[in-house]
Amino acid sequence: MTHRIPPGTRDILPTEMRELRRLQGALSAVFERYGYGEVATPTIEYDEVLARGDERGAPVAYRFFDADGALLALRTDMTVPIARLVATRLASEEPPFRLSYFANAYRAVRPQRGQMREFAQAGIELVGAEAPDGTAEVIEVLSAALDAAGLTRAVIGLGDADLYRQLLTELDVSDERREGVLELLAAHDLVGLEREVDGLGLDARASETLLRLPNLRGGAEVLDEARELGGAAVERATQRLAATYGALIERGVGERIHLDLGLLRDLGYYTGAILEVYDPAVGHILGGGGRYDELAGRFGRALPAAGFALYLERVHIAQAEEERASFTSGEQVAGRGVAR
Amino acid sequence: MRLGTVSGSRARGDGALKLAVPRGALLEGTLDLLDRIGVDTAAVRSGSRSLVFDASDLVLVTMRPSDVPTYVEAGAADIGITGKDVLMEQRERAVYELLDLGFGRCRMVLAGRRDDDSLAEAERRLGAMRIATKYPRAAEHHFSESGRRAEVIEVKGSVELAPLVGLADGIVDLVDTGRTLAENELEVREEIATCTARLVANRVAHKLRAAEVDKLAGRMREATR
Repeated sequence: MTHRIPPGTRDILPTEMRELRRLQGALSAVFERYGYGEVATPTIEYDEVLARGDERGAPVAYRFFDADGALLALRTDMTVPIARLVATRLASEEPPFRLSYFANAYRAVRPQRGQMREFAQAGIELVGAEAPDGTAEVIEVLSAALDAAGLTRAVIGLGDADLYRQLLTELDVSDERREGVLELLAAHDLVGLEREVDGLGLDARASETLLRLPNLRGGAEVLDEARELGGAAVERATQRLAATYGALIERGVGERIHLDLGLLRDLGYYTGAILEVYDPAVGHILGGGGRYDELAGRFGRALPAAGFALYLERVHIAQAEEERASFTSGEQVAGRGVAR
Repeated sequence: MRLGTVSGSRARGDGALKLAVPRGALLEGTLDLLDRIGVDTAAVRSGSRSLVFDASDLVLVTMRPSDVPTYVEAGAADIGITGKDVLMEQRERAVYELLDLGFGRCRMVLAGRRDDDSLAEAERRLGAMRIATKYPRAAEHHFSESGRRAEVIEVKGSVELAPLVGLADGIVDLVDTGRTLAENELEVREEIATCTARLVANRVAHKLRAAEVDKLAGRMREATR
């Protein structure tokens, strides 16, 4: 007789678990080396606490009542619980806080698409350090973590979450139309975007800016190309990006960075820099992050913050694919497969 | 090792870009477009039963149009061509829609029986229309966007049959010339969308192979102008 498990969850057997633990150990060593101490928070939180952090964010997969009738939910990430922790448990301590975690999170996704409702994240939060240095430190740790996982070809996309909001304000686009444009940008529906922008009644230059920006991605040259489009919002965003990029070059991780003015993440709490992680061997995103300078403030302690989360299982898949790619092409890639 | 259990479809490789080519109604328009931008399509046209074709700087992978978003989202194909109707039906797929290619134009419509008021009457008296369709999610979306309730019934075969025998009050379907509708005594009541072929891209390929993707999209844009 077969006893079922809920959709979007899975069992892990020893062979895979051994590899996952080895990967986790390699990442943990990097986090420790940079001074990020590991924390744990409850898997369950009050639903209102999660909503306070991220009302437009990742959809909650599971909600339930406790014996007193209070509404609980399984956390959708670790960033919101850590913002709560910083504002409460660390309330009397001096920032900056360097925290890391290995934890399962839960989101309401459709499992048929290869996404799980329960998944493991490995990440860090740097709370109390401003842009651009705080952002650059987080990205340096991310880069070291990717190296430790053997993903030497992985790339970090760096964009700016405030660019379009500020640009649409500058162009006097009404709130209602603005949401429509932002949704199309987040989905990267360029056909729909072109139609929507046509309907905004902007001058030719403004329309061109809105349509060209999402396609500007690559090295430092994209900042110049963006600046040529003009406008105060674009100027400010490129300055923020250039400052972060400059700090990353100083830290020796500039080569790994893929500047991307089309990057938008779907979580509601981001301000300023946003990150995504790609590996050429796999077609999906391995993790992401960015700045959320307003999040801790929603829990009563206004502190600038940045962080990232890697999807542990996806990083593991990327390791396997990289290993296979190097095997089939007959090359021996340094740090192949699991971390040294 | 876990390698043996990992499906090869996840791997993107580093060779030529893989383009998902839709078989069926969009195949001819797709191959014509590829010819115009200088891609050799003779092998695909030869009627071969192969599914994968090497065309110098592109690998052409042929499949059902409705599978294109699946392959492109997973990165098994870097880019692909499919109909807007397919994208509307698979709205949650995380693929980038880069370009309207213009061909394969048809309309997604709400249709009811000619000289028959049952659509409007169902809405008035029963609070919901019964709608048969092959596009249940696009239909649901359309009615909820316009603040109406519909009981959407998914059928796989000839949708026109449903209102004739009383399974549904109306249908949501794709219409090209409108002849099939007319032959079944149905008429268009509402236009939902105009659907054409679209160029879509995998999110990671769009970032990591930006130059190649942009160049191909640019050539297609020129050729469809």
